[in-house]
Amino acid sequence: MTVSISPLKLSVFRGEADRGEMVAYSVPVREGMVVLDAVLWAQANLAPDLAVRWNCKAAKCGSCAAEVNGFPRLLCKSPVDDYAGEISVRPMAAFPLIRDLVTDVSWNYEVNKRIPEFTPPEADQHDPEPWRMQQVDVDRVIEFRKCIECFLCQDVCHVLRNHGRTDAYFGPRFMVRMASLEMHPKDGLDRRPLLKGDAGVGFCNITKCCQEVCPEHIHITDNAIIPLKERTADAYFDPIRALTRRLGRRSAG
Amino acid sequence: MSVSNEAASPAGPSHFRAIVRNPYSVLPNWVYPAFVAVALSAFAVYSIWVVFLNNGGRYGPYLSPFYSPEITLRLGDFLIPPALWVAWAPLAFRGTCYYYRKAYFRSFFWHPRSCAVPEPRNRPGSYRGETGFWALNNLHRYALYAITVQMAFLWYDVAAQFLYRGSFHVGLGSLLMLVNVVCLSGYTFGCHALRHLAGGSQDCFSCNRARFALWKGVTVLNVRHDRWAWVSLFTVVLTDVYIRLLMLGVLPHGTWA
Repeated sequence: MTVSISPLKLSVFRGEADRGEMVAYSVPVREGMVVLDAVLWAQANLAPDLAVRWNCKAAKCGSCAAEVNGFPRLLCKSPVDDYAGEISVRPMAAFPLIRDLVTDVSWNYEVNKRIPEFTPPEADQHDPEPWRMQQVDVDRVIEFRKCIECFLCQDVCHVLRNHGRTDAYFGPRFMVRMASLEMHPKDGLDRRPLLKGDAGVGFCNITKCCQEVCPEHIHITDNAIIPLKERTADAYFDPIRALTRRLGRRSAG
Repeated sequence: MSVSNEAASPAGPSHFRAIVRNPYSVLPNWVYPAFVAVALSAFAVYSIWVVFLNNGGRYGPYLSPFYSPEITLRLGDFLIPPALWVAWAPLAFRGTCYYYRKAYFRSFFWHPRSCAVPEPRNRPGSYRGETGFWALNNLHRYALYAITVQMAFLWYDVAAQFLYRGSFHVGLGSLLMLVNVVCLSGYTFGCHALRHLAGGSQDCFSCNRARFALWKGVTVLNVRHDRWAWVSLFTVVLTDVYIRLLMLGVLPHGTWA
């Protein structure tokens, strides 16, 4: 393994929410090194009490989500070669800080509990035969199932990050989850009232930052949020559909 | 270990407010939104000039996209600007378009200017996104219906100028009008609302193969919706400018027409 001549200047946030500072470490650069390697080298050799969450180092567990040069990224998927000069590493800004690079993302799990789970129609629930799905239907929802819950999209979403509207918007991750349920051919629940209400799909203004940072390249805005907005528009914002629904009910009655 | 109740930003201490380097370019991250703001403002100024201060856009076989369809209506001696009958549809379509929403929220309102950067301060809890006034953007599909009718007129104009006065005609203006209508079609028929109406509203793609095929077709255009949006904006201006230069006699008759 080759060692480069000039070491990397790595600047890492150290501390807690009420007191903290950027601490610089000099880290030898190795071929193929990612930012997580540099942070772990600093932890092993210079700062054994440096708190960093990581697990797979293969961009599949989502644990090492943080901000490299101010931009949300997985540390294990950020090659050192991509950056010129000093690299700064900070914790995700949208979530409460525990210490150093570790944040408390438990709010996301609380939100997740508020989404009604996959619920097939009554007839399908008692169907003794195995369900058959065509590949095109599988392909559509499998994109959403690729989510590794790194919460980078939640971190970069300005509704949560800059405006702190955790009271009004579930965030992109949970728009993806709701899309995976709403677009499932065997799901029978209508989550549009939740989308318009507590989930707050209307708070998204389509700036697509969530899509930019997704390490799984899920088309969060184009394939999940916008289709959900259109479905919500079907139910609540389309006057002709509302009229036809009303006339339909009247003629049925 | 204690856990702070507040998110690190914006409520947290100032040392969290990092300088966010543009991850895509060496250019500062305000350059692109500034370019968008300038380009859209220039187009708006040009459009206002065309719509309110000009009374026509026809030169021989050519018709400017600002005047398609041609509607001439007078109130006494006052000619209602003909482009006024046309301009509201593209204004509504582009104003509620999912791509342009990203463009103007980033460039004009800085919500956000770029990803992960600070924003102009609002009162805590006051940000409402596309609820409130901006919920009108949910009517995008109605703008789509209107612009689809206009697209039919634009395609008719292109066909009609090729058959000018009973014989085949082609000139630089013909090519510009053709390129313009192709770009406008690429933009219009890649619309997110159309993608939903074509087949996206279905939960089961395999249950209706025709709608699935339509959805796939719209998706092909939709993945480059932003590029179609920009290219078509420029072709509209280019076509109008060319026809206007012919009308003003700046470009010589016969040679170009």
